[in-house]
Amino acid sequence: MLQLDMDIIVVGGGGAGLRAAIAAAEVSPSIKIALVSKVYPMRSHTVAAEGGAAAVTSDDDSLQSHFYDTVAGSDWLADQNVVEFFVQHAYQELVQLERWGCPWSRKSDGTVQVRRFGGMKTERTWFAADKTGFHILHTLFQTSLKYPAIKRFDEYFVLDLLVVEQQVAGVLAIRYSTGELVQLRAKSVILATGGAGRVFHYNTNSGIVTGDGMALALRHGVALRDMEFVQYHPTGLPGSGILITEACRGEGGILLNKDGYRYLQDYGLGPETPLGEPRNKYMELGPRDRLSQAFWQQQKLGLTGDYQGHAVVYLDLRHLGEKHLNERLPLICELAKDYVNVDPAKTPIPIRPAVHYTMGGIMTNVDCETSINGLFAIGECASVGLHGANRLGSNSLTELLVFGKVAGEKAAGTALQKNGISHHAFATQIAEQEAALAALHGHNSDDSLVAVRTGMTLAMEQGCGIYRDEEGMQRCLEQLHELNTRYTQLKVVDHGKVYNSALLQHLELGFGLDVAMTICSSALARTESRGAHQRTDDGMGTRNDGEFLQHTVAVRQVDGSVGIHWQPVSVTSLPPGQRLYGDANTSNTAEDKS
Amino acid sequence: MTSRNIGIMRYNPEQDKKPHTESYQVEADDNTSVLDALQQVQQQDPSLSFRWSCRMAICGSCGVMVNSVPKLGCQTFLRDYPDSLVISPLSNFAVEKDLIVDMEPFLEHLSAIKPWLINSEQSTVPHVQTPQQLARYQQFANCINCGLCYSACPQFGLNPEFRGPAALALAHRYNLDSRDLGKAERMPQLNAKDGVWTCTFVGFCSEVCPKKVDPAAAINQGKVESAKDMILSVFKSSGVR
Repeated sequence: MLQLDMDIIVVGGGGAGLRAAIAAAEVSPSIKIALVSKVYPMRSHTVAAEGGAAAVTSDDDSLQSHFYDTVAGSDWLADQNVVEFFVQHAYQELVQLERWGCPWSRKSDGTVQVRRFGGMKTERTWFAADKTGFHILHTLFQTSLKYPAIKRFDEYFVLDLLVVEQQVAGVLAIRYSTGELVQLRAKSVILATGGAGRVFHYNTNSGIVTGDGMALALRHGVALRDMEFVQYHPTGLPGSGILITEACRGEGGILLNKDGYRYLQDYGLGPETPLGEPRNKYMELGPRDRLSQAFWQQQKLGLTGDYQGHAVVYLDLRHLGEKHLNERLPLICELAKDYVNVDPAKTPIPIRPAVHYTMGGIMTNVDCETSINGLFAIGECASVGLHGANRLGSNSLTELLVFGKVAGEKAAGTALQKNGISHHAFATQIAEQEAALAALHGHNSDDSLVAVRTGMTLAMEQGCGIYRDEEGMQRCLEQLHELNTRYTQLKVVDHGKVYNSALLQHLELGFGLDVAMTICSSALARTESRGAHQRTDDGMGTRNDGEFLQHTVAVRQVDGSVGIHWQPVSVTSLPPGQRLYGDANTSNTAEDKS
Repeated sequence: MTSRNIGIMRYNPEQDKKPHTESYQVEADDNTSVLDALQQVQQQDPSLSFRWSCRMAICGSCGVMVNSVPKLGCQTFLRDYPDSLVISPLSNFAVEKDLIVDMEPFLEHLSAIKPWLINSEQSTVPHVQTPQQLARYQQFANCINCGLCYSACPQFGLNPEFRGPAALALAHRYNLDSRDLGKAERMPQLNAKDGVWTCTFVGFCSEVCPKKVDPAAAINQGKVESAKDMILSVFKSSGVR
């Protein structure tokens, strides 16, 4: 087995992982950093983020306002100390990206342009056309190439963490191109593996977003926090779930039901704003959870349209005109033409909610540290406490940068101080993994990986969707247990070594099932409605701060089931208040008049 | 949904001496992409390997040859190939397994041209860059690194040392950026024998580019810069000021 000694291992080559690797390399050029990714870094899912990255930028904006929007947007479940740190460091990180060459869109005077985004009171979202994630990822990837300290392990799949007495010691990976097992040893490990949207059937996520890092941590006793909060993006394409960015609404796009009516005004987001005059925190610029819930209500009322068997509403951009669309939303024009054969300048785009983002993740403190020494987690795989019950669009790209930097620097500090752990300490763990892998190959009689995976994604869609109830979730949990039993009987039918994608899909499904189980168990435990977690059971339809101003903390038990504990939310300056949008929020109207 | 036949080039280095085409039945309607079809086949035969991820033509993973033309699988639809359809791995790269090719040469070329902003000034404020200055390089910054242009390039096919369309376009992108001061460091790569002058301006790279980056135009403009640079260096070395 190939064995390599590094100082830091970063698992995941997306925005967070790259930012962390660069930060570590800047601490000391002699630090050995392994950037391990199951795909080439520029394929990572950060690439698909469209809208932008938030930071207080203009003179009429304030850190206090960004803090307020984020905490209120989270339905008061964000940790306020974390939000404070985040809004303070957001701007400098976006400037850093600019200094590295990110092609941010500009105003005519050459300063950075900001756009409106849902749930944000002021324009503070930096963007690079509608390919912001793409440009951030490529800027970071290209910048990373200038640091010899960063050694890439592209297309290496991590199947286990090496942990000795609550100290991380490295990772065990499979080299996809040869099937070899590789032992990478290090003093710090940063998990930056992205979310788990693929455990749901309809989602905006890339195929690689399978919850790997969350499950790796969970299996070693690290808690996953706030897993019940899964964001449905209100505007995905029907069927495929391909993302149609919120920036469409920031630019003035409107949502219509089958009768051409702007239905959001019926759900506490009105009054209707005039066409071409989008207003922050009103109507289409309400937060994502509210908009996705409104779709569900319209569907129940029979007011949604149909696109090839999928219930849809319509995103109307026609009034923006072809020129503006091509300049500001070029990718959206391409996607609409390619995937639903619609020219947005001429026809409204059929859209529907699709799972987009996992708010919860590996529990960390504000320094991105987990409960295992030397193990850090950042980005969508982590729960640093920023998003609470609902993430605001354009906070997560900034999160990758702010906390990527923190983790990279902390991991470098840890690595410089610590001694490595003796190799003998994890010899048994590796031998077990090798034996388990060898036992996987075989033939399936009447079951298949695809059948189990589809079973999981449909169970999650039905049981843990936009609205949830006890009965549906219990059924979902039972199904997940059955699927898990079937999973343990499954064999990998491709016995090859080279690029064995059947093996990787098998391992990903195992990770996905673990994560799905924590989502469902956490959702069952929260018997209130908050943010993206809405329950239809009697007496659970509203927020209940008396009992539930707390994070769920999901831990794997000895028998493989999930135990739920509770952790109070950090409240520093903003006591829980009502979360109101549109005219219902009097501060909107009052401040607008001032 | 109607049933139809497609051909896929298969190659398992652990069993096969050389690649061969196999025929598969898939269900297709107007929205079925080449990637969708490959996924259907993989459900029948899990040993089929190919790269994919985003499904929306931005991650650059799923480049393949579709009837001998480089395409992104996710952005190419069966409806446009009513007669026969054969999917094979990207040309001009070594085949590793089935539709997976060795992308390392591509990554090496990309790294070689120093694709990062070269400017040692330390500052905590953004540069000023007007929309006009942005527009000069923006198109060349849209490359998704899919490698289709390398499959299309006859010169890269003949000489794998050629830096190739995407790398040269990326060098040009940074050279055109008003914030960058690194052109002098990049020009030796462009001037070198495997740089811009290897290109014979066939232009197929730009035709197949799924993001309209137009690497051929970047290389052509790169040739002008290279010519200027070389003339200047002749003057400098002969002491002419």
